[in-house]
Amino acid sequence: MPSEATCAEAVAERIAHPLQHWPLRSIRADEPAGVSKQALIGRFKAQLGRLGADLIEVGSVAEIPAALANYVAANVADDAAGLARIRMGSDAFLAALPWSSTSGLEIATGKAEAADVIGVSRAIAGVAETGTLVLVSGADNPVTLGYLPETHIVVLEAGAIVASYEEAMQSVLVATGGRMPRTVNLITGASRTGDIGGKIVMGAHGPRRVAVVLWAA
Amino acid sequence: MTARAQFDADIDAALADAPLQRALADVPAGFVAGRRRAREELPEFEPLRRVGRDIRDHALAHLDLYLEAFEGNATKAGSRVHWAASGDDACRIVLDICRAAGARTITKSKSMVSEEIELRERLQDAEFDVVETDLGEYLVQIRNEKPSHIIAPAIHMRAEDVANVFRRQHGHLAADRQLDTPEKMIAEARGILRDKFLAADVGITGANFLVAETGSAIIVTNEGNADLTMSLPKVHVILTSIDKVVPTFNDAWPLLRLLARSATGQAFTAYTTIVTGPRQPTDPDGPEQCHIVLLDNGRTELLASEMRSVLRCIRCGACMNHCPVYCSIGGHAYNSVYPGPIGAALSPALAGAGQAAHLAEASTFCGRCEQVCPVEIPLVSVMRQWRSLALEQPRSRRARLMLHAWARLAQHPRIYRWCAGIAARSLKWLAGSGARIRRLPFLHAWTDYRDLAAPQGGTFQQQWAQRDRKRAQRDRADVSAARARKSDSAP
Ligand code: SF4
Repeated sequence: MPSEATCAEAVAERIAHPLQHWPLRSIRADEPAGVSKQALIGRFKAQLGRLGADLIEVGSVAEIPAALANYVAANVADDAAGLARIRMGSDAFLAALPWSSTSGLEIATGKAEAADVIGVSRAIAGVAETGTLVLVSGADNPVTLGYLPETHIVVLEAGAIVASYEEAMQSVLVATGGRMPRTVNLITGASRTGDIGGKIVMGAHGPRRVAVVLWAA
Repeated sequence: MTARAQFDADIDAALADAPLQRALADVPAGFVAGRRRAREELPEFEPLRRVGRDIRDHALAHLDLYLEAFEGNATKAGSRVHWAASGDDACRIVLDICRAAGARTITKSKSMVSEEIELRERLQDAEFDVVETDLGEYLVQIRNEKPSHIIAPAIHMRAEDVANVFRRQHGHLAADRQLDTPEKMIAEARGILRDKFLAADVGITGANFLVAETGSAIIVTNEGNADLTMSLPKVHVILTSIDKVVPTFNDAWPLLRLLARSATGQAFTAYTTIVTGPRQPTDPDGPEQCHIVLLDNGRTELLASEMRSVLRCIRCGACMNHCPVYCSIGGHAYNSVYPGPIGAALSPALAGAGQAAHLAEASTFCGRCEQVCPVEIPLVSVMRQWRSLALEQPRSRRARLMLHAWARLAQHPRIYRWCAGIAARSLKWLAGSGARIRRLPFLHAWTDYRDLAAPQGGTFQQQWAQRDRKRAQRDRADVSAARARKSDSAP
């Protein structure tokens, strides 16, 4: 029987130095240096497709507003004035995008309101393993934007795609300077339920539709 | 009626319930197929189960220390941690929080711990407007029922049942509206529950895991209802049990990789949310208070017992989806918060052996549950232990006599052989020319629901002895053949 003091030490040690349980062989493909970024991005996109999420790929930051506006025009009904209103937080990256280069979008900022139809957020990371988006709460990307509107559009840099949740958590802590945000939201596809007759239906409570704007410089 | 007699009666009723049987025919089978696919796609699935088992065992071995670390870190993050020894205590704590918040409307996401302590009923008795927001749980609430599965509470309902209860419950909507597809019904529920989300003063969720490292809770849903429940009201209450803690995030990820694959066959649940405390100073949304209520309710005792491994459970539901008994009678017949194999293993510890030890009898001990359990709980041997404990309880004179007679018989091989021979012959006679027996005198409990295969040939022991004789003959023949060959090849 180990003594109480040794148990306490073992527990403190395990918390201070978390174990790496998971060799991720099926994703890392046994390559010593890990798989290439390109392979991770490929896997992320494939997983996203299986989840039924939409993918909008752009070749530069400057193209994001137009690509987003096109997607909205094609998929989400406009209001009477032909304007689609999107809501986003105060994220500096999103705010700096050339929104004036496109028409048809009206931009509101702040947390989501009941009447909002489209929420736009920026993800900190993408997880190749399962096509999961990793978002953190706060004024930059209010958490309600991903749950109240029927359409959630998430902007993600291809370079931020990592292999596993373990690595994504590191990305979160780098982005927040080591502080835990109120919530870290791992989003894997749109809201769904199988509770009526076992049939999977999208849009149970949260978004019916999730789209990822994937940009690479 | 005793709990045991009630169980027998409920099993009969479930087997005779044709709509229930139709509902049970598809859904568990869908989960089984989903899990098989998910497992095939992850080559490391089996080693991962052992990793999961070891993580849970380590956390349980030092549960006190991890809970202390969790409390310390959660408090630092601004959460308030409450300890509840019993279900009553937990209900009282939550009631006090709701009263202090001046709440009227309370939203709730699915939590088996809240079912365990009947929290919704307690809050309703105190005149709060409480709404379950998980769709399946909402259906169960408006039909005044209990969940019949731990991850799919309304698995016993068919689409038409849902349409009927919606027409009755949502009387303010047009009577002639169409409710002929799941999509239409889900859209209707979405509208109704959306209003509740926006009106709620307190949101109550469960937690799938607690992380000692940061004092965080991890909550998973496919609908996103837990996120709306926790992010819109002023107060968030996390109600969960003490066994859910793991040391670090690195320990949680392998368990999350196992959870969805074992439950629905998804690689990952749609929404996995890590919550650490209330709204932070610059946050525009989120609750002002975050309370974490940690329930014991018999778990400390279970931890100290030989059946500790039951506490590894991550509530995926795979054991019930793969259980031939669950798939025949559904969840309600168990009359226990946790049905199926995990219910038989856990409920007696929570409800008391007198209330629930008989659940362990509803098993064929086929062992499929332990083959699929993502944390390798030896469910069969735990059920066997509850069965032996139940034997110590008073039972009917008839049952006692039968067991004694059986024990005698089993200890006297000669008499046993003789009786088995008679039984085999009479069964053959009963079957006549057929291979199956439709009806057995005295044992109609067996033949009411299935045929008994008529014995072919002698008893097991006769066949075994025959097999031994044949083998000995063959061996002798082989030896003489070898000798013959040897003499042929001799110079
Ligand atoms: S006992 Fe195992 S299979 Fe059953 S619900 Fe718990 S973790 Fe899942």
